[in-house]
Amino acid sequence: MKAYLPILLVVALLAVVPFVTTSNVVLNFLVTTLMIALAGQGWNLLGGYGGQYSFGHAAFFGTAAYATAILQTRYGINAWFGLIVGIAAGASVGAAIGVLSFRSGLRGSYFSLVTLAFAEALRIVASVAPITGAGVGTLIKLDLRPEALQFQGRAPFYWIALALVGLSLMIVRAIENSRFGAYLAAVRENEDAASALGVDCFTVKLGAMTISAAITAAAGCFYAQYFLFIDAPIAYGPWISIDALLAPIVGGVGTLFGSLLGALFIKMLGEATKLVSGDAPGLDLVIYGLLLIVVVGSAPRGIVGFLDAIIGRRSSIVALPERDNG
Amino acid sequence: MLSPVILVPAVLNGLMNGAVYALIALGLTLIYGVLHIINFAHGTLLTAAMFAAFFAYVLLGIDPYLAAVLLTPAFFGFGYVLQRFVIGPAAHGEDRNYLLVTLGLAVVIENALLYFFRADTRTINLSYAFDTIQIGPAFVAVPRVVALGTVVAIATMLWMLMQWTDTGKAIRAVAKDKLGAELCGIDVAHIYAVTFGLGTACVAVAACLLIPTYYVNPTAGNAFVLIAFTIVVLGGMGSVAGALVGGLFVGVVESLSGIFLGESLGQIGIFIMFIAMLLVRPSGLFGARA
Repeated sequence: MKAYLPILLVVALLAVVPFVTTSNVVLNFLVTTLMIALAGQGWNLLGGYGGQYSFGHAAFFGTAAYATAILQTRYGINAWFGLIVGIAAGASVGAAIGVLSFRSGLRGSYFSLVTLAFAEALRIVASVAPITGAGVGTLIKLDLRPEALQFQGRAPFYWIALALVGLSLMIVRAIENSRFGAYLAAVRENEDAASALGVDCFTVKLGAMTISAAITAAAGCFYAQYFLFIDAPIAYGPWISIDALLAPIVGGVGTLFGSLLGALFIKMLGEATKLVSGDAPGLDLVIYGLLLIVVVGSAPRGIVGFLDAIIGRRSSIVALPERDNG
Repeated sequence: MLSPVILVPAVLNGLMNGAVYALIALGLTLIYGVLHIINFAHGTLLTAAMFAAFFAYVLLGIDPYLAAVLLTPAFFGFGYVLQRFVIGPAAHGEDRNYLLVTLGLAVVIENALLYFFRADTRTINLSYAFDTIQIGPAFVAVPRVVALGTVVAIATMLWMLMQWTDTGKAIRAVAKDKLGAELCGIDVAHIYAVTFGLGTACVAVAACLLIPTYYVNPTAGNAFVLIAFTIVVLGGMGSVAGALVGGLFVGVVESLSGIFLGESLGQIGIFIMFIAMLLVRPSGLFGARA
């Protein structure tokens, strides 16, 4: 239980925000931040803990978003049920891509390339297929009832996003403390050595990818419900693949709270940039790209590493492989 | 539909498009062969070069083919500086970091272009862009013939550089055994940067060959780079011959599938080929085991 205390504390602290402020601007900002944190936590499990750098997490985000939207608009299925189906759909796509690429032994940059290619292929299919609404996109009908997973104010959305983030933190913490988590770290540090010690690398990577896809898929479902509109560049566009990897890397790759801290940081930076650039697009992403280079180059453990240095402590997950060796 | 009147021009056009693809893939494979990294910024460097060629014509009135003479050394220098002072130091020699740093670079360049030039699509009008010459039963556009000729010349020059100059020998030595090369007194950081510069220079030439008949916007290069990735995977990562043959092959396949399947499916065809290739034989048709 002690391991989960920090998570409960953080979630409880964040849960009171809507009582402090009812400003739509603030809540909207926090809702999108939590959504990116959720998508990033999915990436973090596979990339940060497992060392498999996916450049195509949009594949899971988009599939889930489309599944939620299409089930409601075309088949009249309840949105809550659509949420579950959406997560399952995203996880299945993750498992399928995982089986194909890990079975053929794709590692490192090859894995990044193939995930990128899958996301792009799905984007092209979604932009021409009739079921997704092709170029027009899919609009979910406004129906402001809790049963339809739509709300008048932003606060309920905020709590749902927060609950999803809290759940993802719990899942990742549980994995950290499990045998599976140790295997995953072993695969990240040295796959050949892990394999020689009897770790079933294929199953471990596939499991991580499926859970990772499911978490990012939840963010996709949430997007569809919150904005009620989805098209191919949103669902499968590179923006979400980049945000999903940028948040945990900036926050602290392979750390529990890395994605949440990173998402908060990049979103604040994004808003600050908008104040400077106004409506002109691009400048925020220029800064994101520079940030990625700077963090990788000079602060490989991101904000968490920075905080640890201040309080003079080492974060547990980074120490994990060494503990195994010792 | 299968009459030679249609097929011969389709194959010829495919070969000529393929030549430009091959040149882009050549840059990619050169960098991979020596640095063992996939350069995710390759596409945006192509876009940047296309913008450079575009503005050289619009603002200074320099013909794209003439601009190639100026842009090639400029982009060689740009690539050299990028690798030497940005990518190399930031990556600390770790593969995962190279992926992220080149991805970050791609995001920066693409969005800087978007910020300064907006998403508008631009084209230039050249008097000779639609001139054609007759080859057998086919009429082919002059810019495409020029492109094919230039690519052959560039590939030959690159081959001679690799074969006969000291720099070429050093590049080959570093590609074979980095540590051994370093022990022999080769400045590996310098050779890495030279290779990255050569790869970027290839893209600058390709941009000048494309701009007379193609458009430019901040994402224009991306389409070509996915094709180039396909070619490089097809031909084998790091294989120069593979890139050239693969480029021509993909050009012909694209041209023929455009006839038989229609334009929008042609694009997905390349993706399917790419994914299938990566899954079945990631080392490529010509490459050694990755």
